Amino acid sequence: MTVLHDLIFDYTLRNVALGSMLLGIISGVLGSYAMLRRQGLLGDTLAHAALPGICVAFMLTGSRATIVLLLGAGIAGWLGTMLLLHTVRETKLSEDTMLGVVLSVFFGVGVLLLTMLQHWENANQAGLDRYLFGQAAALVAADVRLFAILGAVALLVVALFAKEFKLLAFDPAFAGSLGWPVRGFDVLLTSLLIIAVVIGLQTVGVVLMAAMVIGPGAAARQWTDRLHVMLPLAGVFGGAAGVIGAVISVQAARLPTGPMIILSLTAIVVASLLLAPRHGLVPEAIRRRGHHARLVAPSLSRGDPA
Amino acid sequence: MTATLAPTPTAPLAAAVSRPDERAAAVAVRGLTVAYRDTPVLWNIDLDIPAGTLTAIIGPNGAGKSTLLKALLGLVPVAAGTAEILGGSLAARRRRIGYVPQRGSVDWQFPTNALDVVTMGTYGRLGWIRRPGRAERARARQSLEQVGLADFADRQISQLSGGQQQRVFLARALAQDADLYIMDEPFAGVDAQTERAIIDLLQTLRNQGKTVVCVHHDLETAPAYFDWLVLLNVRAIAAGPFASTFTADHLRATYGGALTLLRHRVGSGALS
Repeated sequence: MTVLHDLIFDYTLRNVALGSMLLGIISGVLGSYAMLRRQGLLGDTLAHAALPGICVAFMLTGSRATIVLLLGAGIAGWLGTMLLLHTVRETKLSEDTMLGVVLSVFFGVGVLLLTMLQHWENANQAGLDRYLFGQAAALVAADVRLFAILGAVALLVVALFAKEFKLLAFDPAFAGSLGWPVRGFDVLLTSLLIIAVVIGLQTVGVVLMAAMVIGPGAAARQWTDRLHVMLPLAGVFGGAAGVIGAVISVQAARLPTGPMIILSLTAIVVASLLLAPRHGLVPEAIRRRGHHARLVAPSLSRGDPA
Repeated sequence: MTATLAPTPTAPLAAAVSRPDERAAAVAVRGLTVAYRDTPVLWNIDLDIPAGTLTAIIGPNGAGKSTLLKALLGLVPVAAGTAEILGGSLAARRRRIGYVPQRGSVDWQFPTNALDVVTMGTYGRLGWIRRPGRAERARARQSLEQVGLADFADRQISQLSGGQQQRVFLARALAQDADLYIMDEPFAGVDAQTERAIIDLLQTLRNQGKTVVCVHHDLETAPAYFDWLVLLNVRAIAAGPFASTFTADHLRATYGGALTLLRHRVGSGALS
């Protein structure tokens, strides 16, 4: 009960929990699309590619306002993705090669800029290094409001184009044969994923963001075979991981929030892999034993050939 | 073996189909060239496929068969040339085309069921943002029934056999309610019974006046299935009524170096 009380009345915990929950919901839904389109690593690349954008945004404006830094992150992430999509289309390099290249080059530039900022007159990196591993405790009410607005826009677009995004993810060639602008939808869906990643930078950081993108969808897929169930379920799993991680980290012994969110999510993923009724490993093992008992064992005991 | 290979413009079939020359072209291609970087995949193709035919596109691997279909659908950039569909531009005729991509081109683990995939065939008419409703689902169920999968509507698509998955794709094209059906290897990896069911369906469509264009691989079954033939190997080697086009000379020109294999399989005696 005290947890519930604190969630409502403790300013820090409320903001951290709400911010983490919003991040989990948005990255869960959009990450599901990335996963189904076999672009699980796109989130990782996007997050790393966003780092130099944060640094440049600060260098140009001198502002530490969340919206300024996240705008820089979004632009850099977007440039990285367009570079990725363009080179994959126009050259013989495969997508995983380019994911690796974009990730490391942009991240390298980002770390370089961070180090340069350290030697600037107003010093102390302006606290930008918190974007590496995230610092959810620094979330304020204004940040949460910003996340809520960005998330609402992203989810609204997903709701409107549910049919289009489904066909794009399942069979882009068929979508193209209908005359749909497949590349345009591709850019739109990726841009929404960038929003999710950018929200996550402040909370779980560049390094751990990939798990927030892939985890909720992977867990949700275990429980259902229908996309219109999987997407909201991924949002619920992501949001739950956010709240649980936030509560544990703030209430217990000052553990870092980002890693606690990821560990909570990992617990959900592992439980789903093991226990989900149709696809889980444990139910499957039980079913297999049942089959064995009914089909194989009687024939063995009768001495029939297998 | 030779019996099935004999050209088979059987009498009832020839009577049911009016003379192709008098009919409008469902597909009219002029000077079509498609290249991936510097390598031409299709070179200067001129082609007419009359409406109301069941057409096979035949050629060796890498001949550009799938690319030709994709060029007709505007899915690959065209370096030169034009393609007219049902007497108009592609943009104006899209709603009248049904498309069956290769079965292996999608991930069948995708979280959806058979009915939902078939419903995608109604998306083109629905327009953006609008969601499929009762009418669209009814249309999809009807299409599933036409391919004999009425009982599999709620089946998760990964739980379907290869032949059933192929029929789901066919049903999706049927739900498009098209006049021209473009199919990429509709018989690939299906069992004999499914193949029979599919060809019956395609011939029914043709007899209703629709045009069906298939990439096909099996030279042995082709004469029995199709009434129009396009032989393709980067260039259009020959195109015309099946019986007069399916000749040893044309096949030799199409398959080139692979002909020894062909002669063994086909035997020049069976071919005029």
